[in-house]
Amino acid sequence: MISIREYELAESLEQAHEMLLKNRFNTIIGGGAFLRLGSKRINKAIDLSKLGLDYIEEDEHEIRIGAMATLRQLEMSSALLENFSGTVAESVKHIVGVQLRNIVTVGGTVYSRYGFSDPITALLALETYVDLYKGGRMSLDEFLEKGSPRDILTQVVIKKSMEKASFKMLRNSSGDYAIINACVAVKNGSIRIAAGARPARAKLAAAASEFISGRELSEENIEKAAQMAAEELDFGSNMRASADYRRQMCRVLVKRALMEV
Amino acid sequence: MDINVKINGKNVAFQIDPDDYLSETLRKYGYMSIRKGCDTSSCGLCTVWLDGKPVLSCSTLSVRANGAEVTTIEGLQKEAEDFASFLVSEGAEQCGFCSPGFIMTVLAMKKELKNPSEEEIKNYLNGNLCRCTGYVGQLRALKKYMGVE
Repeated sequence: MISIREYELAESLEQAHEMLLKNRFNTIIGGGAFLRLGSKRINKAIDLSKLGLDYIEEDEHEIRIGAMATLRQLEMSSALLENFSGTVAESVKHIVGVQLRNIVTVGGTVYSRYGFSDPITALLALETYVDLYKGGRMSLDEFLEKGSPRDILTQVVIKKSMEKASFKMLRNSSGDYAIINACVAVKNGSIRIAAGARPARAKLAAAASEFISGRELSEENIEKAAQMAAEELDFGSNMRASADYRRQMCRVLVKRALMEV
Repeated sequence: MDINVKINGKNVAFQIDPDDYLSETLRKYGYMSIRKGCDTSSCGLCTVWLDGKPVLSCSTLSVRANGAEVTTIEGLQKEAEDFASFLVSEGAEQCGFCSPGFIMTVLAMKKELKNPSEEEIKNYLNGNLCRCTGYVGQLRALKKYMGVE
């Protein structure tokens, strides 16, 4: 059971950050949906609801997503439907139901670096940055590796550098957590391959990406790149699937995604 | 702590703890249409509207309803009856435990989607579980209700 002793609606990011640093059991809350399934003990829950962070903005270079935007907003955003082959919107479509996606926030999902996250995998294949209140801008890649403890994620920024993308996932049943997911993005032959729910957090398959970039997307090259991605990433076992099954399926998903771009 | 909520058009004050979830609060104050079926945020039985959007009340902190508008099926009797008659005429109504949450999602879908395909209907209703029946009868009723083939 989750327990929260106090609750405070932050009036500014500065104030929220001060509160966060005051006690190590103080926590920023996003939608609060996943928290409920755990047993976290929170001293003070800091709510960013009133800071206007629920936007999705677009200009010619990038799309900026405020931390409090919900997954449902991602799914319905015309900016995200019209760019990157609609991949970001596609990646959240299978997460439980509309009712949960109306609660869960982008900030809560990305900052927590959940391994099971589908949108993180899609964002990672694109050129994505996170803006942190103290830590400034960091590539999502770097953030996933290092994290940024005791900070506040204010927005996620996707550069419009990738032209096409494809997101694939495998679930036992629709609405369940993904067993494995993968996303491939491409621009001018330059390709990024990411896979997540391994079940560890999403990661780029660097060697496979480098191999396939600039090469013709022939059946043979695609097969080889998918094989490389499955070999270079590490996979784990849990109640949903074994490491070995995930490796096999990762190869299949990467191959299918590559065939689509 | 106290929160003020406009529920089914009426202003009310609820007394809550910071870690209360909306499903508990609503049931505590007598809105017994809120069902709890799964405890894992996946069954949809506890669905209410928060500022017009369907949410899982079991996964929404009560404090988030402060200053907001909450709609439960108690506030949508007429609309609910209207849809229920479609369910009944397709023989898709069984024990009824999942009905309030399911109907709240259906009514939200009716507001949000125009002329949806079967695929879109299914996608919208993903995460609403019924343990008595399959979903074929429900889907038939839904298509008629939405006025699509």
